Amino acid sequence: MKTALLKMAGTSGLKLVQVRGEEFVYKEKTYQTNDLILETPISGTVYGTVLNYKGELELLGDAVHEPPYKKTPAAPVLYIKPANTISGHGMLIPLPEGVEELQAGAALGIVIGKKAVRIKEEEALEYVAGYTVVNDVSIPYSSVYRPPIMQKCRDGFCPAGPWIAAREDVENPDALSIRVFVNEVLQQETTTANLIRPVSKLIADVTEFMTLEEGDILLAGVSENPPRLKDGDTVKISIESVGSLQNRVAKEEEWMVQL
Amino acid sequence: MKRARVAYAGAVHEAVETNGQVKLDDGRLVKENEVVWLPPVNPRTVFALGLNYADHAKELDFQAPAEPLIFLKGPNAFVGHRGQTRRPAGVEYMHYECELAVVIGKKARHVKREEAYQYVKGYTIANDYAIRDYLENYFRPNLRVKNRDGCTPIGPWLTDAADIADPMNLALRTFVNGKLTQEGNTRDMVFDIPDLIEYLSRFMTLEENDIILTGTPEGLSDTAAGDIVVTEIEGIGRLENTIVNDEVFGIQDVKKEEPHAAHRGRIHKEH
Repeated sequence: MKTALLKMAGTSGLKLVQVRGEEFVYKEKTYQTNDLILETPISGTVYGTVLNYKGELELLGDAVHEPPYKKTPAAPVLYIKPANTISGHGMLIPLPEGVEELQAGAALGIVIGKKAVRIKEEEALEYVAGYTVVNDVSIPYSSVYRPPIMQKCRDGFCPAGPWIAAREDVENPDALSIRVFVNEVLQQETTTANLIRPVSKLIADVTEFMTLEEGDILLAGVSENPPRLKDGDTVKISIESVGSLQNRVAKEEEWMVQL
Repeated sequence: MKRARVAYAGAVHEAVETNGQVKLDDGRLVKENEVVWLPPVNPRTVFALGLNYADHAKELDFQAPAEPLIFLKGPNAFVGHRGQTRRPAGVEYMHYECELAVVIGKKARHVKREEAYQYVKGYTIANDYAIRDYLENYFRPNLRVKNRDGCTPIGPWLTDAADIADPMNLALRTFVNGKLTQEGNTRDMVFDIPDLIEYLSRFMTLEENDIILTGTPEGLSDTAAGDIVVTEIEGIGRLENTIVNDEVFGIQDVKKEEPHAAHRGRIHKEH
């Protein structure tokens, strides 16, 4: 059993629980994550990182040397998933009217444990409270030249959870397998070993130019060829030693009722 | 009414402007230079507009965009009136941007432009500094250029929406060490306030204290450590900021961020 923090609906604060696979033990009772309504355990600002998987950059190919990009990124390229996007395990992902498909952005969420300013790579993990599973949902987009706000910042487009796995229980954040299942069929398999900037390096390079606060989440990146999602699809992202986050895509009208 | 958040004599207070002075929420009347000014609202989601003044887009050799160019900012970026903003050593081009900041007053979703002003709580001033050396062509402008700690002074006052008859006709000015360097008018925005509220609320829910920084007119120039930069907007106030060097932050031995060499010499042309 491993230790994690989670938030049950209708209760205040995070609860310390023991977890194994998709079940957790609270006050000596065992629950499946789908048994209870779990709210997202995260509360800070969510910063995403683009082009941090080797395969993602490879996929850009020669375009990376041509306009508008001209060269490979020199520093972490970040974006923000704003507060309106955040949602929890089991919540619906809204499919906007007139949109056929979404893309599931499986990401390791690094949960910051204390204020981190200009941190050295060797000390970076001391600033990590734990890890969570994040689905950085987008309407598919091709260019990474302009921030795709309309494609990435929609309500409910950032499920995160089901819990925060304690840092101590994740032996090596740079060797975690990530699997994405759509309707229980494996659609994407990757590993954080493919990160261009591994977790410690990413924290060091980001905090060189901006402070991360306790509770902020830094996404390690989204691997190439993210699976597409249609109306009614159930998407599950499983990150080794961290957890499994599951959500279903629903038309906006159905999603509105859930609110 | 003009509202602020300040620290005075060891405590944080809400305050209002009274005859040029600061009236604290406990009734004390104090001078504006006796308080520490905090950002007038605790920001939630903050949007910033790029290339939203046609003249500024021209200045940067850009066509004004067909849809709003928007990026987001984190809470680390904000600092109050009379705050300090760091200019890292070795940087070649760091410029101010005087911007009208629109503060949302209530939940807004699918708002039509005709009703947009009902969702505005008030206005304040932002100085959206950019360090162009770090500009790269990915998700441009990147957070490394625009979301650095303390790089977005905001305030001093939140002016109630009801007190501003026409927010789309306000003069903006920037002074560096007392010299006028930037001048424009909000009437020259490409996407005006109702456009922006309609656009954003079409695909996301805005909440109270979300802030839209509406972009800057032409007249950008480089700044140096020690410069006092004042950004002012007619009817809203004047926001003062001092640029400081690394020493102030005790930065000596950390490795310097590498300027983006390929952009040198023409960085001022791009956005």
